[in-house]
Amino acid sequence: MSARVDPTPSRDSGEPTPLRPDGAKQEDALGNPLDLEAAYRDSHVGEVLDSLDRELVGLAPVKSRIRDIAALLLIEKLRRAVGLSSGPPALHMSFTGNPGTGKTTVAMRMAEILHRLGYVRKGHLIAVTRDDLVGQYIGHTAPKTREVLKKAMGGVLFIDEAYYLYRPENERDYGQEAIEILLQVMENQRDDLVVILAGYKDRMETFFRSNPGLSSRIAHHIDFPDYTPEELLAIARLMLQQMQYRLSAEAGEALREYIEKRRVQPHFANARSIRNALDRARLRQASRLFERKRGAISRQELEAIEEADIRASRVFREHHN
Amino acid sequence: MRITQGTFSFLPDLTDEQIASQIEYCLGKGWAVSIEYTDDPHPRNAYWEMFGMPMFDIRDAAGVMTELNACRKTFPRHYIKVNAFDSTRGRESLRLSFIVGRPAEEPGFGLERQEGPGRSVRYTTRSYATERPQGERY
Ligand SMILES: Nc1ncnc2c1ncn2[C@@H]1O[C@H](COP(=O)(O)OP(=O)(O)OP(=O)(O)O)[C@@H](O)[C@H]1O
Ligand SMILES: [Mg+2]
Repeated sequence: MSARVDPTPSRDSGEPTPLRPDGAKQEDALGNPLDLEAAYRDSHVGEVLDSLDRELVGLAPVKSRIRDIAALLLIEKLRRAVGLSSGPPALHMSFTGNPGTGKTTVAMRMAEILHRLGYVRKGHLIAVTRDDLVGQYIGHTAPKTREVLKKAMGGVLFIDEAYYLYRPENERDYGQEAIEILLQVMENQRDDLVVILAGYKDRMETFFRSNPGLSSRIAHHIDFPDYTPEELLAIARLMLQQMQYRLSAEAGEALREYIEKRRVQPHFANARSIRNALDRARLRQASRLFERKRGAISRQELEAIEEADIRASRVFREHHN
Repeated sequence: MRITQGTFSFLPDLTDEQIASQIEYCLGKGWAVSIEYTDDPHPRNAYWEMFGMPMFDIRDAAGVMTELNACRKTFPRHYIKVNAFDSTRGRESLRLSFIVGRPAEEPGFGLERQEGPGRSVRYTTRSYATERPQGERY
């Protein structure tokens, strides 16, 4: 579905724009003409979608799924306005992918989109893991889970590594109790909150297979692919730009090599590893400038990450043996 | 006898929808909403029991309504009220407090008169409900 509707800037006569190109106007229950462009513009959801495009590198399949969902929700709103009902749309989602592929970041944008389209009242995101929901002893879990749910109402509840809620090896595990309370709320209070479950793809699949009740309440499964080396480099450049640093040409080349090497090492966490690498490069840049201890220091020097700041990484040493 | 106290004492009991929009108003002002219950509704009884902690980090009235419904379920025959506390420096007090739950039967109050010196009279109101021990009143 390519239902992205670009607002046409020039049309500003105040006259409602017909939805269909043939000029036939549609009317809502009160006889007011419906206007898809105006609805899109008024929701300001385009701004979130555009900033998603701009501020997140790659993730093409994720972005297009999110556009699809936004289009569906916008159309559903208009359908309701003309009295066409198909029940409230199912909104609970699962985000699967490796660490650092942007799940939490995208979930925050999703909360904003849902808020702008009027599907959650407040649009905040509460991110939790098993420990926030499940207690240590009998009677501890239900109040803990309810406490979290109360805070999330009006917004999005993001459960990271959701599969830890279910521990089949321990039949008395309290996680099951949390799952049951969640299920109830996901079913009965759809207007009050949206739940996003996140985690590694294979483990989520196992989790859903053993919890069909949960899986049947999830309407949208979105998979986050690993980033290619080019995307990782682009992410690094974007992050540096946001932090107001500059890469020299040699440093850029060094970073490219760094990414090649780091990607295949253990504990690689996509964009998060990049962020950590850049934080360490900043540290080295700072000590390099500090060691010099000469008088004047220029703005350029303060901004610049040099080749040495990257090449000093352990990643290069281990591979030069 | 229908007991009234608090901010909306002059109104009929609020519907859940009206309660939710009052709570929404309080949350919008940044006040901490709490729920209290009692089986001793004497007007001078300032010590109602707290149902859970005051809710400081709730964003939407639905969260408070969940808690209120849990309280009603636990204490179906108590009085329940919603309070909104304003922690602003210098204010630090309740801004709003109103009854959101009451028993089906309210026995009401008796008035006792005590003869004092010089034909003076002292009055006492006593809730018929409190003749029985706590927990057996309604
Ligand atoms: N496509 C992207 N473009 C730019 N920055 C990104 C992108 N994806 C992720 N990041 C950045 O990488 C970091 C990690 O992302 P995030 O926390 O969303 O990942 P995650 O999938 O939730 O990881 P985990 O599964 O480990 O929780 C964040 O600082 C985020 O801003
Ligand atoms: Mg995350």
